[in-house]
Amino acid sequence: MEDVVQSLSDGHELIAFRVGRQEFCINVMMVREIRGWTAATTLPRAPRYVKGVINLRGAVLPIIDLAIRLGMPGSEPTARNVIIVVQLSHRQVGILVDAVSDILAANGAVIQPLPDVTSDLVKSFVKGLLPMDGRMVSLIALDRVLPPEELEAA
Amino acid sequence: MEDPLAAIRVTFFQECEEQLSELESGLIAMENGTAESETVNAVFRAVHSMKGGAGIFALDELVRFAHVFETALDKVRSGSLEATPPVVAIFLRAADILADLVRAARDGGAVDQARVADVVKAFDEIEGQKEIPGSHEEEMVADPSEAQDNVWEVTFTPYPALYAKANEAALLLRELNRLGETEIKLDTSLLPELLELDPEGAYLTWLITLKSDCEESDIRELFEFVEDDCRLEIGRSETEGFAPGTVITGDNGFKFEFFPPMEEEIEEETEVKVVEKKKEEAAPKPVEQALVHASAVQAMVTKAETANSVAPTIRVDLDRVDRMIDLVGELVINEAMLSQRVLEAGINRASGVAMALEELEHLTREIQDSVMAIRAQPVRSVFQRMPRLVREVAAMTGKQVRLVTEGEATEVDKTVIERIADPLTHMIRNAIDHGLESTESRIAAGKPAEGTVRLTAVHRSGRIVLEVADDGGGINRSRVRQKAVENGLILPDAQLSDEEIDNLIFLPGFSTAAKVSDISGRGVGMDVVRQSIQALGGRISISSRPGYGSTFTLSLPLTLAVLDGMVVSAHNHTLIIPLGAIMETLKPRAEDVFPLDGDLNMLALRGGYVPVVDVAHCLGYSVQHAEPEQSVALLVEGEGGARAVLLVDAIHGQRQVVIKSLEANYRAVPGIAAATVMGDGRVALIVDVDAVVQNAGAESNAHTAELNNLEISGGAA
Amino acid sequence: MSMTILTVDDSRAMRDMLRHSLVAAGFRVIQAEDGLHGLEVLAAEAPDVIVTDINMPRMDGFGFIQAVRQDEARRATPVLVLTTEVDVEKKNRAREAGATGWIVKPFDPVKLVDAIRRVAA
Repeated sequence: MEDVVQSLSDGHELIAFRVGRQEFCINVMMVREIRGWTAATTLPRAPRYVKGVINLRGAVLPIIDLAIRLGMPGSEPTARNVIIVVQLSHRQVGILVDAVSDILAANGAVIQPLPDVTSDLVKSFVKGLLPMDGRMVSLIALDRVLPPEELEAA
Repeated sequence: MEDPLAAIRVTFFQECEEQLSELESGLIAMENGTAESETVNAVFRAVHSMKGGAGIFALDELVRFAHVFETALDKVRSGSLEATPPVVAIFLRAADILADLVRAARDGGAVDQARVADVVKAFDEIEGQKEIPGSHEEEMVADPSEAQDNVWEVTFTPYPALYAKANEAALLLRELNRLGETEIKLDTSLLPELLELDPEGAYLTWLITLKSDCEESDIRELFEFVEDDCRLEIGRSETEGFAPGTVITGDNGFKFEFFPPMEEEIEEETEVKVVEKKKEEAAPKPVEQALVHASAVQAMVTKAETANSVAPTIRVDLDRVDRMIDLVGELVINEAMLSQRVLEAGINRASGVAMALEELEHLTREIQDSVMAIRAQPVRSVFQRMPRLVREVAAMTGKQVRLVTEGEATEVDKTVIERIADPLTHMIRNAIDHGLESTESRIAAGKPAEGTVRLTAVHRSGRIVLEVADDGGGINRSRVRQKAVENGLILPDAQLSDEEIDNLIFLPGFSTAAKVSDISGRGVGMDVVRQSIQALGGRISISSRPGYGSTFTLSLPLTLAVLDGMVVSAHNHTLIIPLGAIMETLKPRAEDVFPLDGDLNMLALRGGYVPVVDVAHCLGYSVQHAEPEQSVALLVEGEGGARAVLLVDAIHGQRQVVIKSLEANYRAVPGIAAATVMGDGRVALIVDVDAVVQNAGAESNAHTAELNNLEISGGAA
Repeated sequence: MSMTILTVDDSRAMRDMLRHSLVAAGFRVIQAEDGLHGLEVLAAEAPDVIVTDINMPRMDGFGFIQAVRQDEARRATPVLVLTTEVDVEKKNRAREAGATGWIVKPFDPVKLVDAIRRVAA
């Protein structure tokens, strides 16, 4: 998480996207590619938020439905949905979102902490709130979007 | 960030392994009398190169031993020592010790000093080599001067050769100035008139007076590169310090030496003569200067090629090759997608587009095969490790063994090579320890005292087949049977064919050794070998004739990057079942399916019962169980010979698929071995047959006895 | 402009070690695996100094140095021999072939760099 805060002060750009009615952003440096939704191959006994795997130029990439991951009701993806391919340490993962909304310059942005009432699930992903042109954008960390290893037995 | 030195160290040890196997194969060629003129050079170079590398890492023990070894090899190379069988035998022992030293240096641990001393002594005896490495160099480190505050007088006359070798007098003088206060005079008395001046000649002499507390060696060190290409006189008023051949040493064993002066080199002209003399072997005729280079190089290329009958090779990073394999995999997929689209568009098969596409498909496959071939390597590197193993096991068991290898040049994917070394080692050990009789028994049976173990490799129908055969007593079937009964693997009254009995040795935990031996051990028997072979998509079988010996046959895919698979569908999911695991396809009848307990069904098959696995249900794609009579059944065999019948909805044919890892970006998925990309660009999952079969086994845990019976009756593949 | 050094050695470990030492000293390093490869590299590159091994497959150091000295464009390039050979006869052969200097491994990186600086004009 410190990386994200650090890069904010470094003047890096953020990419903002919509999931349900909320708007989130991540450091643009993490993004490898943005592409339209293509049908994924379902994986056996995977958590519901793992939509399956797709072929990205020969690499097999897991697709995470961010809405379901964040505890929102998911919906069947359509051609209008977008997959943001992000680099998480040595892995590449596709994040399924509703739409990409903006590219934001992070210069001088003040990150506001989350209110205490936030659920633990959201707290484990959302690292702070950014006021942007009158919108509230949640700065999100993706390092935990993949299912933890202990889920493997499920 | 990785420590670069640690990485270089890793490289060094990798290279040592390559050189050790080069060394051993060369020595074995010398032993068999099949050595070529280049063999001795290659053997020498291998040891020499290890010594050089070991020096970087201050692996003194290794350097010392390699030096002794290298010196002996050099004598063979120069013809002053003949490579008689006893000499080569010592070389082979030395190679084994060198290998131990390398591994001890890499992994820690000590080497049996007595063995080292034995071999060093043997070297001494065969060639009277008494030199201790290092002493030679020590003697040459002569530094006669003593340290005193002094005024040095240095006379420096460069020869043309100094300039020809790209040295620069001015730079040397500047260096000299750093040692202390200098006064430099230039003697131009030998400088000719401009018209007579040879632009490449040397006419100047510098006279330098140096006030410094340095030693003579310090001054000489400055001129170390050029000492042979100039006249250098260093002296105090009363002493003459000229001492050609001085050696400069550094703290870390660094040594720099000037070549002794050569008389012919005073004139530029004679130097050319030297070059031309050398050229006789390289470039046959003196040609115009501009052409000399090209022709000489050409000649050297030719020479190098004839000296080395092996085709020229390049060394490429494995990463690059793998990247290329990935890309070609992509190309294959794209080509398949294109074909599918064209087909869907209803284009006539006889049209130009369809025919061009067919050509493209053909080319693509050819490219894929060629790229795969880059990763292919001869099994030689593994075979080369075996002579030593045989020597060791023979010594431990007190048996006389001859190893015969065939088909060393047979090629297979690098990954496969890396992973067959252990199973082969185990099988050869087993063949000597269990397969071959004792020398006395062999003589009593009228056989030659020396047993033979034959290791062969051959390509057969797209796979590599490896055989380990011994001419021992064959499998003692009554003992195997008795053992299996004792261990509860079969019922005492089980009816088994000879072949089935032989295959009992592959069952987990089976060991035929009458007593525990430190060579084969107990419990880690052929079941482990079978498992590792199956993990590679391979199969193992045995045939045995009492009194004549046993043959183990391994059949492996040529690569792990692609897999021959059966494309099936289960509950609208496309899946790949590895073809190697499929024994046969069946159309089950309802009356042959019997419920056992809970969800588990058994299928009656030729008098036995095999557990039925509904693939879609097993992978959680469907809650409902498929109706067996509306499904296609695949009889598969998993690890350890366990069988099951997999139910799928339909079979869509066979195809070769490029294996893609799921772990790279996700993680291992239970029941799934890997993924691949299909012609439509979508990912299809490759079923992990072992996991699925084991799952079926787990569900029927209560019926182990019956299952074991089934395994056995099906064991003879 | 930093100096370019061509290292010719069949041992990858030795090449890596040389590269490591020489790059640390600020040189640009190009590499070849044997004499022939060295000549191929020289067709496209003009190093300031060449450091070569002697015992190499395909074309050894002697052949390589000879070929370098016969090349009009490269004959002025200093060539240092880096080897474990201590044999006087080999040394003489290297000298005849036109080597600038002879260094016995294991080398001292500092001295090697120093040596390279001094032979490069």
